[in-house]
Amino acid sequence: MTTEIFSSPIKINSPVKSTDELKKICSQVRRDILRMVHAPQSGHPGGSLGCTEFLVALYFSIMKHNPKKFTMNGIVEDIFFLSNGHISAAWYSVLARSGYFPIKELATFRKLNTRLQGHPTTHEGLEGIRVASGSLGQGMSVACGTALAKKLNKDSQLVFSLHGDGEIQEGQIWEAAMFASARKIDNLISTIDWNGQQIDGAVDKVMPLGDLKAKWTAFGWDVLEMNGNKIEEVISVIEEAKKHTGKGKPVMILMKTEMGHGVDFMVNSHKWHGVAPNDEQLQNALAQLPETLGDY
Amino acid sequence: MKKFTYTEKKDTRSGFGAGLLDIGKKNPNVVALCADLTGSLKMDAFEKEFPERFIQCGIAEANMIGVAAGLTIGGKIPFTGTFANFSTGRVYDQIRQSVAYSNKNVKICASHAGLTLGEDGATHQILEDIGLMKMLPGMTVICPCDYNQTKAATIALEKHVGPAYLRFGRPAVPNFTDAATPFEIGKAQILTEGKDVSIFATGHLVWKAIEACEILEAKGISCELINIHTIKPLDEKAILASVRKTKCVVTAEEHQRNGGLGDSIAQLLSKEFPVPIEMVAVNDSFGESGTPSELMTKYGIDTPNVVSAVEKVLMRK
Repeated sequence: MTTEIFSSPIKINSPVKSTDELKKICSQVRRDILRMVHAPQSGHPGGSLGCTEFLVALYFSIMKHNPKKFTMNGIVEDIFFLSNGHISAAWYSVLARSGYFPIKELATFRKLNTRLQGHPTTHEGLEGIRVASGSLGQGMSVACGTALAKKLNKDSQLVFSLHGDGEIQEGQIWEAAMFASARKIDNLISTIDWNGQQIDGAVDKVMPLGDLKAKWTAFGWDVLEMNGNKIEEVISVIEEAKKHTGKGKPVMILMKTEMGHGVDFMVNSHKWHGVAPNDEQLQNALAQLPETLGDY
Repeated sequence: MKKFTYTEKKDTRSGFGAGLLDIGKKNPNVVALCADLTGSLKMDAFEKEFPERFIQCGIAEANMIGVAAGLTIGGKIPFTGTFANFSTGRVYDQIRQSVAYSNKNVKICASHAGLTLGEDGATHQILEDIGLMKMLPGMTVICPCDYNQTKAATIALEKHVGPAYLRFGRPAVPNFTDAATPFEIGKAQILTEGKDVSIFATGHLVWKAIEACEILEAKGISCELINIHTIKPLDEKAILASVRKTKCVVTAEEHQRNGGLGDSIAQLLSKEFPVPIEMVAVNDSFGESGTPSELMTKYGIDTPNVVSAVEKVLMRK
């Protein structure tokens, strides 16, 4: 089934509004993620499935962007940085489905000579990617730099970034947190995927994060919270976050998600952080997710 | 040999500061970032002239490198400034992923490189930075020899597109190059022609090598001295042309022997034109506190070391 919105490229400033349509996109993106990691038997399905609503909301509803004419500088466009680069499967699917590159290219994920490297990179010239990520903790600094460039260029569009909760154990995140508020980077909306899981187990066991809201507030950020697996809430909270921009403070959204959301046997288990499903598991998972836009 | 003179000694870091101010005036996209070492890096003039384009990052170098990478997205040309130790080793992964692999137009400008940082000691005297930077694919590595050349190199970097590392130092050293000579990235500078030995020097060791050439000339040895201000990309053509003539080589640098200029030249020559080579460099050791001159002597990278290296390599010829 192909809906009208996918037969023509998404146009700048003409976001999809219907949550039903967004939910259909989410189902297809989840199918893409599972098939992408299954084919090379490699990748990170857990966090990818958990952040699907967030990425779909950004690219199909929130951001002003131009998939058909990608430019590195992204002048007068909103810009997104994926700092937790290991959930690349979700991002690639959303980029392809929103028109940055051919959807069929998703089949090359993690294979030799692909532009869809295991972790995102500019090195292969893939449209939609502006910096390499994967070595954790670096994306917030980059997002701060681009937000500053927008200010210097008198460009009023926003910068978004996404980070894992485990990722914020990296010290550089807190350097960037201090920098962003000190330099009043108020055109930045960062989000933490607060799924409570990392490779070695629960974040609370590996390296507890403490009171995240208090920490980000103490670092001078405007902090919002949301359930990242409810598309209506994701849209409304990010829209609310946009209203908080331009007021002298960077904005943080603490986003509660379920790792592996949408696939019953993957939900809330760190075991699916970086493991691909086998043939049987793939069929089981796909049966839970309707094919809405056509598999690649 | 050609005679070299100078009217004053000046620090190379001041050349950077002067060059940065020049390109700041010329190009509104030039931005400068510093990690709490504005005075040491001589970036104060830029900060005063262009406060809106000067970004103080505090003592948080990893973030500074990431912010610089982000600034390029939007067309800015960021020049980061801190000590060489904190410009490279401390932030290697940030440079590797966010700058080099991402091919960002960031200019990493590094002062107080090597032993001549002096009394602060080995914690701050990085002798591995050239090696670290030259190993990164696509990274340009520049190590100018005096104030004028550092200023010219900084100015040249404004037009250069791609990641680059600019290494300079703390002490006042003879300012002998011509201020009017434009800096050509990747082009070796033949300082004096000779027939017995090729000396390839970089940074502060270029003046030491000039002194050595004068001593050797008095002994009847004709040295060809070439300033390798760009370590990557290496001017292979100029190096090979010289060595085909002289058939032996001395390299000189304020860096570890492993991974430095000598290493790059040895790699080239072993493949293209194997000849005897001696390297004046720090030999697998950390530095220590002391005056720059005491340290150069103790660690074997002073004028007499260049002289003896030439005499040794001539014996092997």
